[in-house]
Amino acid sequence: MAERVVSTVPGALLALLAAGLVSQLALKALEPRPAATAADLPSPPSITTLRLASLGEPTATANLLSLYLQAFDTQPGISIPFKDLDYDRVESWLVRILELDPQGQYPLLMASQVYSQVPDENKQRQMLDLAYRQFLLDPNRRWRWLAHATIMAKHRVNDPSLALRYARAINRYATSAEVPHWAQQMHIFVLEDMGEVETAKILLGGLLASGAITDAHEARFLTQRLNALQAAEKSSPVSRR
Amino acid sequence: MNHATAATYAPSRRNARRMGAIARYTLLEAWRNRLIVLVIAAVALLTLLSLFARELAITESGRLQTAILASTLRVASVFLIALHILNGLTREFNDKVLELMLSLDLPRPAYLLGKFLGYAIVALAVAAIATVPVATFAPIDSALAWGCSLAWELLIIAALSVFCITTFTQLLPAAAFVTAFYLLARSITAIQLMSGSSLLGADTLGQKVSAVLADALAIALPRLDAYTQTAWLVNDAGGQPALFNLLLQTTVYVGLLLAAAMFDLYRKNF
Repeated sequence: MAERVVSTVPGALLALLAAGLVSQLALKALEPRPAATAADLPSPPSITTLRLASLGEPTATANLLSLYLQAFDTQPGISIPFKDLDYDRVESWLVRILELDPQGQYPLLMASQVYSQVPDENKQRQMLDLAYRQFLLDPNRRWRWLAHATIMAKHRVNDPSLALRYARAINRYATSAEVPHWAQQMHIFVLEDMGEVETAKILLGGLLASGAITDAHEARFLTQRLNALQAAEKSSPVSRR
Repeated sequence: MNHATAATYAPSRRNARRMGAIARYTLLEAWRNRLIVLVIAAVALLTLLSLFARELAITESGRLQTAILASTLRVASVFLIALHILNGLTREFNDKVLELMLSLDLPRPAYLLGKFLGYAIVALAVAAIATVPVATFAPIDSALAWGCSLAWELLIIAALSVFCITTFTQLLPAAAFVTAFYLLARSITAIQLMSGSSLLGADTLGQKVSAVLADALAIALPRLDAYTQTAWLVNDAGGQPALFNLLLQTTVYVGLLLAAAMFDLYRKNF
């Protein structure tokens, strides 16, 4: 449809349009900028309610909930320190999201890489424990989060026994061919760090002898580690890295 | 009354009468389209849905019911009003009703204002119907504030729909624009806040540009997230203190949209 020229529009209407625009701009200029306020994280709804609300799209709902939970730390205009969050509720949300979408990895990433980074040992342990419990439900898919939890337990929480427990769980339950050897061998290095050189040596030697290592680089690296362990044992009664 | 005054008075009175007639026929159209019946049915269904949700709740069942009822009624009212207006005006464009009207001695603004007047009355009726169940489950003063706010929100949507269909003259682009506008206007505050703070710890050029864009959008849009809040009904704080500002925003924005719609209508060459 062709348009008539602007001059056909009455001047009064143009004035009204301009007045409307100016009023809107003035109103917005006078309006205070929106202020951010922190809100507490609520408890998650029950899994039944969530399934009902998902309208047959549990995966999409789980992803949206992950974003919601993530956005809770960074509410509009405000960034809430993780340590200020109620971790029991955070854990409930993460578990609920995993129940909705068991194949999703997002909640475990958040547990092991985000929520466990707070300078609060109890909260760190809570998240690591969540990663461990969820790993046991689906080891071959969730091993990487427990591997990260192992490193966290060893270096951040400084609890080698906990790290060993996690590493042994990976070795024992994550048996799929897709699980890399470095993850399955983590318990050896944890043992070594704990001063359990003899055990580490036996495990490492056994692993090399079993022929499970097919990658030449990996085999060479592990052999070097075994040699280093043996050399250290000769020079010192207790070997520590 | 001298001749000059009489000459200007008579057409404006005649135009007012014509606007009234157009508004009356717009109301009649809403009645015959069974819009009101549809709204009552939607309100009844959503009330039943909220009662069902109440039965599912373990705690705070009343609060949950009111929250679900109010939020769904709000969206349903906006949806029904917008579609009704877009559909009605599209038909008038397609059936050449508008051209027939304009071939008579009827100024274009009188037609547009008459239509808007009719739709505004329909919007107020829809808001009143939606407020009835809310008022039975929430404190009456909070429910009234909620209802007033819903009415003003629907007036903005009505004016927006009139503007969109005048500009696009086709249902699909107009409906898409109204939907996008509504979603954006309800989330612009959150977008503005998020773009204004460095959530990812990076103060990049992209972030600055997005913050400027969000601020620019916020100037052009009404803050619909401040309207018709469920929190007024379920929390202690009612919405009465906010009503004056919302009324002011509604007046300004409806005026702006109608002026823009008239501008477009004036420029159309039939």
